Amino acid sequence: MGFEFNTETFRNDFTFRNSPRAIARFPFPFDRDDYMYSVNMEPHVPGRPGSVFEHAFDVDEHYLAEMRDRDLVLKEDPLRCQSLPHMEMAGWDLLELIMESKARDYPDWFELHRQGNKWHWINKPMQIEQKFTFLDSSTLPYGPMEYITRQTQGDFTLQDQRDENLWIEAGMVTTQADWSLDFDIGMGFHEWHAPVPLAHEKGVFDRALKFLLKLQHGAPVRRFNWTMTVDPLLDTSPENYPKWGPTRAEITPENVGQRMHLRVELQTLWRLPRSNAIAFPIRCYLIKFDELVTQPKWARRLHRVVRDLHPDLAAYKGFLRNRDTMVAYLSQYDDGAPTSPGWWPED
Amino acid sequence: MSVGAPRIDVTVAEVVQVNDLIKRFRFVRTDGGPMPTFSGGAHVVVDMDDHGTRRMNPYSLMSDPGDVSGYEISVRRDEAGRGGSLYMHRHVTPGMAMQISYPVNLFPADARAKKHLFLAGGIGITPFMSLMAQLQPMGQRFELHYAVRSLALGAYVDRLRDAYAERVHIYVDEKGEAIDLKSLLSTQPLGTHLYVCGPKGMIDWVKATATGMGWPKNTVHSEEFLAPPVGQPFQVELAASGKSIKVGAAQSILEAMEAAGVDAPYLCRGGACGQCETAVVRCDGHIHHHDHWLSDDEKASQTKIMPCVSRFEGKALVLDR
Repeated sequence: MGFEFNTETFRNDFTFRNSPRAIARFPFPFDRDDYMYSVNMEPHVPGRPGSVFEHAFDVDEHYLAEMRDRDLVLKEDPLRCQSLPHMEMAGWDLLELIMESKARDYPDWFELHRQGNKWHWINKPMQIEQKFTFLDSSTLPYGPMEYITRQTQGDFTLQDQRDENLWIEAGMVTTQADWSLDFDIGMGFHEWHAPVPLAHEKGVFDRALKFLLKLQHGAPVRRFNWTMTVDPLLDTSPENYPKWGPTRAEITPENVGQRMHLRVELQTLWRLPRSNAIAFPIRCYLIKFDELVTQPKWARRLHRVVRDLHPDLAAYKGFLRNRDTMVAYLSQYDDGAPTSPGWWPED
Repeated sequence: MSVGAPRIDVTVAEVVQVNDLIKRFRFVRTDGGPMPTFSGGAHVVVDMDDHGTRRMNPYSLMSDPGDVSGYEISVRRDEAGRGGSLYMHRHVTPGMAMQISYPVNLFPADARAKKHLFLAGGIGITPFMSLMAQLQPMGQRFELHYAVRSLALGAYVDRLRDAYAERVHIYVDEKGEAIDLKSLLSTQPLGTHLYVCGPKGMIDWVKATATGMGWPKNTVHSEEFLAPPVGQPFQVELAASGKSIKVGAAQSILEAMEAAGVDAPYLCRGGACGQCETAVVRCDGHIHHHDHWLSDDEKASQTKIMPCVSRFEGKALVLDR
């Protein structure tokens, strides 16, 4: 596939890095020089070759390292993966969706052979080969959702749909931007979005729910979310806040370029066929400021977005106290030139 | 809401006359590939080219959701209808190429139910056939009560009895048999969910009885398809782009705008997402709102329209686009 998997860590010595290829394909989330909440959904159709939109589930150079990190998180806290009993069918739907997509999009790495309900799955990068019976959990080492999400980058939640609402009732959540599956499981759509500032008043969640209740099988959609993270830590969980929260007080003009990371979530939404549930993959991409400013357009734009962001949003995203330092650093890379519309660095 | 859904090119594989009123149609993918799996209770919208008139009718899928070799629907002939069922009965034959939507489920089983109690009237049996086919191998508990006018018109009675034996209860109107609803509802275990599909009178009766007996609202489910909106051609003025466009009978305002080269926003094209919401500059007439987006007040005020699904009748409609 033209690249190798990195040997790197997302904790302790933090050896995570983006190659020039990974920087160039980073999903920069700002299509203009300012930011405010919106529903901002678009069809999740294959995008530019080489981009993170090329395939349904992007596999990149961080794959193996992210899967190792997930395993470490689960060993410390098994409650990061939960599925209420009625969500098992949705787990099988998700397993099928991911296996079919990866086998189709990355045939050199993944194979799926189906004979009726007798399935044979091969994941070469992780050196996994599994024969199992579809819809029979006793033939897998984990439940179907846990099994496949231990082999797939990004967090996942599964939402049951009933009573004109969506209910978060299963998930694998180890790379989250400060929210807890264990706390949210069983909540309705407005309940689990309750902490988000400003968006409720704008009616964003009413509109988003209305849209998602009508989401159709075969027509997935996607959107971005973003925040800022100190150090390339995937597991910024409330459970571990004492470990990472204080690092926000360690940012200085000297280290901001190395330690401050733009954290982007490429979120996709899929109607699942058998369960009628909705799968919500939340794929996290990290890029340190020093890497990001190698793209002049992004450097200019990020400076303007961070500088002008509503203070409530900066506080919610956890960087209000570091905003001045971040703006000072980024301003070195903003010559005031206009930026072109859209995300792409070269357009 | 199925307007604008992703579509599947299919070939009619089989047409079976089930009884005097009902025909069953089997669709397979024209490219020979597998159909998408679906969930019991789902429907598809069948796209018909009825001699130049485009008809898009929803029909419940009645085949086993696990069977990806094809989909089956049953269509009851409605002599007084708008013509979709007559077209299906008179003109759809094996080998014909058609288009259907991806499955959409507005009538799913509640996955948490301890038991599913299904009440069907007439052609309302069809969603329960896919529901039972899905629930049976999962070991879920269910029971069907199926009211038919006569045994001759009782589609699939024998098939259902063979498959589900004592879980199927048949009531024949012309024999004077009727569901003893109060007794039935009063003897259900806690955690039972009730589902009804059939004529409007039956749905109203079941819902009212269940409500009166204290069944929680979220345990009572029903499905009733409304006929899609009738389309008459009309004229629309576009203020921002300075164009006047004609919206054809089988065209949405959105499609007419696109055909005229006007760049209009959209996302779902089904009246649900809100992306195409457009301000009405002037309305001398009546907007037929078909969307699930605008509030009742907004609809009544005629100041906003969803051009992907809504239509107009009257002298003049001017949109801010």
